[in-house]
Amino acid sequence: MTIGILTASYITSSVLFILALGGLSNQEKAKRAVWYGIFGMAIAVAATIFGNQVFLTEWLDWLIGAIVIGSAIGVIVAKKVQMTGMPQLVAALHSFVGLAAVFIGINSALLPHSDFSSSELTIHNVEVFLGVFIGAITFTGSIIAFGKLSELITGKALILPARHALNIIMLLACLTLGYMFLDHAGNWTLICMTIIAFIIGAHLVLAIGGADMPVVVSMLNSYSGWAAAATGFMLGNDLLIVTGALVGSSGAILSYIMCKAMNRNFLSVILGGWGDTTGPAMDIDGEMIPIDIESVASALNDANRIVIVPGYGMAVAQAQSAVSELTSRLRAKKKEVRFGIHPVAGRLPGHMNVLLAEAKVPYDIVLEMDEINSDFPDIDVVMILGANDIVNPAAQEDPNSPIAGMPVLEVWKAKQVFISKRGQGRGYSGIENPLFFKENSRMVYGDAKKSLDSILQSIS
Amino acid sequence: MKIGSPKEIFKGENRVAMTPDSAKHLQKLGYECIIESGAGNNSNFSDKDYKVAGVKIAKTKEQLWKESDIILKVRAPEKSEFSKIKLGQHIISFIWPGQNKALLDSLKKKKVTVQAMDMIPRISRAQKMDALSSMANIAGYRAVIEAGNQFGRFFTGQITAAGKVPPAKVLVIGAGVAGLAAIGTAQSMGAIVRAFDVRPEVAEQIESMGAEFLMLDFDSDGTGEGGYAKPASKEFIKKEMELFRAQAPEIDIVITTALIPGMPAPKLWPAEMVGLMKPGSVVVDLAAEQGGNCDVTIPDKMIETKNKVKVIGYTDLPSRMATQSSNLYSTNTRHMIDDLTPEKNGVPYVNMEDDVIRGATVLHNGEITFPPPKPKIVAIAKHTNEKIKEKTPEEISKEKIEAEKKSGRLQAILLIIGACLTWYIGMYAPAEFMQHFIVFILSCFVGYQVIWNVAHSLHTPLMAVTNAISSIIILGALLQMKTDNDIVSILALISIFIATINIVGGFMVTKRMLAMFQRS
Repeated sequence: MTIGILTASYITSSVLFILALGGLSNQEKAKRAVWYGIFGMAIAVAATIFGNQVFLTEWLDWLIGAIVIGSAIGVIVAKKVQMTGMPQLVAALHSFVGLAAVFIGINSALLPHSDFSSSELTIHNVEVFLGVFIGAITFTGSIIAFGKLSELITGKALILPARHALNIIMLLACLTLGYMFLDHAGNWTLICMTIIAFIIGAHLVLAIGGADMPVVVSMLNSYSGWAAAATGFMLGNDLLIVTGALVGSSGAILSYIMCKAMNRNFLSVILGGWGDTTGPAMDIDGEMIPIDIESVASALNDANRIVIVPGYGMAVAQAQSAVSELTSRLRAKKKEVRFGIHPVAGRLPGHMNVLLAEAKVPYDIVLEMDEINSDFPDIDVVMILGANDIVNPAAQEDPNSPIAGMPVLEVWKAKQVFISKRGQGRGYSGIENPLFFKENSRMVYGDAKKSLDSILQSIS
Repeated sequence: MKIGSPKEIFKGENRVAMTPDSAKHLQKLGYECIIESGAGNNSNFSDKDYKVAGVKIAKTKEQLWKESDIILKVRAPEKSEFSKIKLGQHIISFIWPGQNKALLDSLKKKKVTVQAMDMIPRISRAQKMDALSSMANIAGYRAVIEAGNQFGRFFTGQITAAGKVPPAKVLVIGAGVAGLAAIGTAQSMGAIVRAFDVRPEVAEQIESMGAEFLMLDFDSDGTGEGGYAKPASKEFIKKEMELFRAQAPEIDIVITTALIPGMPAPKLWPAEMVGLMKPGSVVVDLAAEQGGNCDVTIPDKMIETKNKVKVIGYTDLPSRMATQSSNLYSTNTRHMIDDLTPEKNGVPYVNMEDDVIRGATVLHNGEITFPPPKPKIVAIAKHTNEKIKEKTPEEISKEKIEAEKKSGRLQAILLIIGACLTWYIGMYAPAEFMQHFIVFILSCFVGYQVIWNVAHSLHTPLMAVTNAISSIIILGALLQMKTDNDIVSILALISIFIATINIVGGFMVTKRMLAMFQRS
């Protein structure tokens, strides 16, 4: 295969990848878009194997074995994973890209480059160093994120004393090692740097609280893209550069959208910990009033316009199919039922949409925060399922609240609000929620799925 | 004990204080009920209906007053009834103790206990007994009906084959219960409704009924105690009159409901305004009994002015809908008696510690207990006078331009810095690198443009698919397979292995997710 055909294949793949991402602009087109991605990948891999005669390697059996077994594992994982476990899976897969980038970078340093001029070699070494650095951070960061999301490690932020100083020291050490690497001090500098970068990645994500996980996951997504782009520079491969840049900017934009939805500064999220508050939190009057299942059911029976606001609690309780059943029964009674989705509900961008889609809730009644916020004064009943911070009126009413200014779903404007909640405790961010104390709020304690199942018995 | 309701003797009063329905409830509380024969006739409740409900019929007024321990009435007892009051009897009715000092003194001599239905404090717990509100609701509704009766046009605007009819314009002054009821009624009949009130916080209620709130550009709050209005200052009244002067020529129907507790009704619609109105217009003055909001109002009469404006001063609007008002009033009194009988044993217990009962009781065993002390609970949450200054469209557009300029400047600075950096790299880097760099920068921009269009709900599939295609890194590992260095080959193999998991897993999960999205 000539170099021209190889390049042509890469161009085709690039276009297909761009179409794959662009196709996600609506649900109908999206199903086609995945196929663009798959073909793009297939063309790229096939062109590389045949174009470079990779099959001539003496490790051919191993290569085929790796691809076959890898594919099998991929299929099994994709089939078995539950939709509620999606955040963990995505985080785990990110770590693979990071690790692959580290290995490829180290390989690249191990291979001889006799044909490079000195300036070319410097640039090449910078690329190698950068690629390994980003890859290493992505790898351990993703592993920690995976651990936090699957609750293998505590979701609480680990705040070491002088953690910023620690990060800066490690960064300086990496820079020094990098200088030495460029100065041909040997590959040990690269390995040392990799180990330090592993620690940085783990430490960065450990310091971020569970509520900020959507940002972390999209940030790692972005990193994995930049790692691929750096590898592309290292190998002089344009397809890697294009794809890496696409993925990198995609993750960056997602992180930006998430931060904006929480009214948080991107840097303060990445560096961990809530922003400083300037005063004591507003006192809350009133009490949380519990209500029994029958009253909720009869309120739903009487209501005409209903909005359901799902949060992470729905995912934890796996209540999405019960929600879907409730929705279809209420809709059969000619009631208007809609869903209000906050951009950071759940642990992944768009997490709630996926869960509702899994339970076959039609996506055209699932609305974004901005689409539904102005409707709340006309809503009869709002049902909140395990959401807390995203419906916290303190964001608007209390300038001293840590979430002040964060856009929230204005559910308290509805006539009646039911909050399904596991207990009286606070949400993930640990902030008191005045919504629960409002006059039109009633608490439904207990597991969201169990509560919904018993509500369903009273609604035929 | 026995609860009895006499026939109302006030001229034109059609209501009755006990209905067959309320009697049933009273019996459940342990009371016997008795009613004067014919008391319910004007409200369409016959003696037979009462009998069926288990109520004893008293042939004469004398018999009723003699047998009853508790008298349930609508209007306050009149002189001719005084002689019939038994010593120590219990009376529940409208009293208006503030205006009727003499009445209290005469009742005092009889050593009676009296609950005034008009003195029930305005707190949420007492809403079920709030007879003033339930009567005001009826009065507001009826005011629109009476106006419509005199008004020579449709309320709705219509375009018919026989010509175009403009909609009626209704102005409601005073947005208390009666005012809001009038707004709702006029609105539902299709009129254009405007409303005015000195209390700015009722604006929301007015708008919730579908009317337009006439805003007075004045920094004052007319909210007095208990959510009622208080007298306004001179400057305020001047502004108010200017507003009305502008409205009067346009308005077809004016309904005034303004009252200040314990004072004569404020003159809000002086003769001058009536003079400005079009011929055929109607004014309904619901405050006629308290002296009227309109100068020309004559209580209980409808008059026509020289310029053909009809001014209605009926004071018996609730009585004109006797069945409805009797039903509501008897429910209010029944709730009152319910609260008076906590044991449900047919014996009233006047608990002077209870805010609601204390407020309503104006005579207790012959002692005047009016006025009551202030209730412990604040009637209505204090309104905070917080006004956020609305931005004018010019200010908004100015701010937008300002923000545009700012972001423009920022972009220019960033572009310059970026260009400088690129030049710096270009000075040292080899040509091949710069070619890759072009590709890289352009791809970032393509990614930026493409990703902003991705639907919010598809962010999770987006992550899964970008994750899958970021495994394009597998190409690097494949290229490194052709080498003699075993370490390199093994590392490359591992990379290929995990990247394959990622590719296959990523795409399949994305497909699975997208397959779930369905339209209803």
